[in-house]
Amino acid sequence: MLDVSTRNIDKKGVVIAIAGDVDLYSSPEVRKVIIDLTNKKTKNILVDLSRVSYMDSSGVATLVEGLQQVGKYGGKLILFGLEASVKEVFELSRLDKVFEIYPDEKTALDHLKK
Amino acid sequence: MQMDSSKKQSRESVAWDWQTPDPRPNQVDLAIPSDPRLLRIVRLTIMHLTELAGFVEEERKSVALAVDEACSNIIKHAYHGATDRPILIRFQLLDRGLRVLLRDYGRKADLSKIKSRELDDIRPGGLGVHLIRSVMDVVEYDNSLEDGNLLTLEKYLRR
Repeated sequence: MLDVSTRNIDKKGVVIAIAGDVDLYSSPEVRKVIIDLTNKKTKNILVDLSRVSYMDSSGVATLVEGLQQVGKYGGKLILFGLEASVKEVFELSRLDKVFEIYPDEKTALDHLKK
Repeated sequence: MQMDSSKKQSRESVAWDWQTPDPRPNQVDLAIPSDPRLLRIVRLTIMHLTELAGFVEEERKSVALAVDEACSNIIKHAYHGATDRPILIRFQLLDRGLRVLLRDYGRKADLSKIKSRELDDIRPGGLGVHLIRSVMDVVEYDNSLEDGNLLTLEKYLRR
């Protein structure tokens, strides 16, 4: 039901592409991938949520944990491609101002280059 | 599906007896084990019933989120992650909305500790109750039952 894959964008960055519903059952799978990258101190983690149609608070909590981890070593965790209903969860949680959120991968990458 | 008036559908104590099937108009009962793999079934049921109730898609997804969060809280807090305990969910179509009753038989909720956390406190976890309260018009916890808890959620049509 959930597919999580990673691909390198350069020596410093990785895109995590998530497809499916992120809920109490599936969020540990996302967490495992993010923690694996933060343990390696991956500088830039871009999370592609364009194929996530549902995310609950456990999914949001997983991303908050990732954000806090990258903050410890000066890295970045950036989100892009959020569907309206997923974005609403961040807005309701007032986390839309805490995360860097971009409409698509190109915009997110452009921001990283600045 | 014709809807009963909400007055007719009183918020009866839902210590209902699942030994005896009790199908009624405009009411759907769902019994699932406390297994997170099955939460999607709850969401899909909500998506269908909220459509019948006349909610727009954005509202339907929000109600699905709220009920999903309530089920997740039962699994995490009432059952401490056990996947084989009962969660009973009764959906009632109202004249202008939807009522969802969630019954568990786990640890009684400490009502003094059920609260939305401060959103300025950026940390993982603790958002579920806030999301439920943000979405639903009625959120009532009842821990006065002999065992377990009953949560009543209601969402009304705006139009």
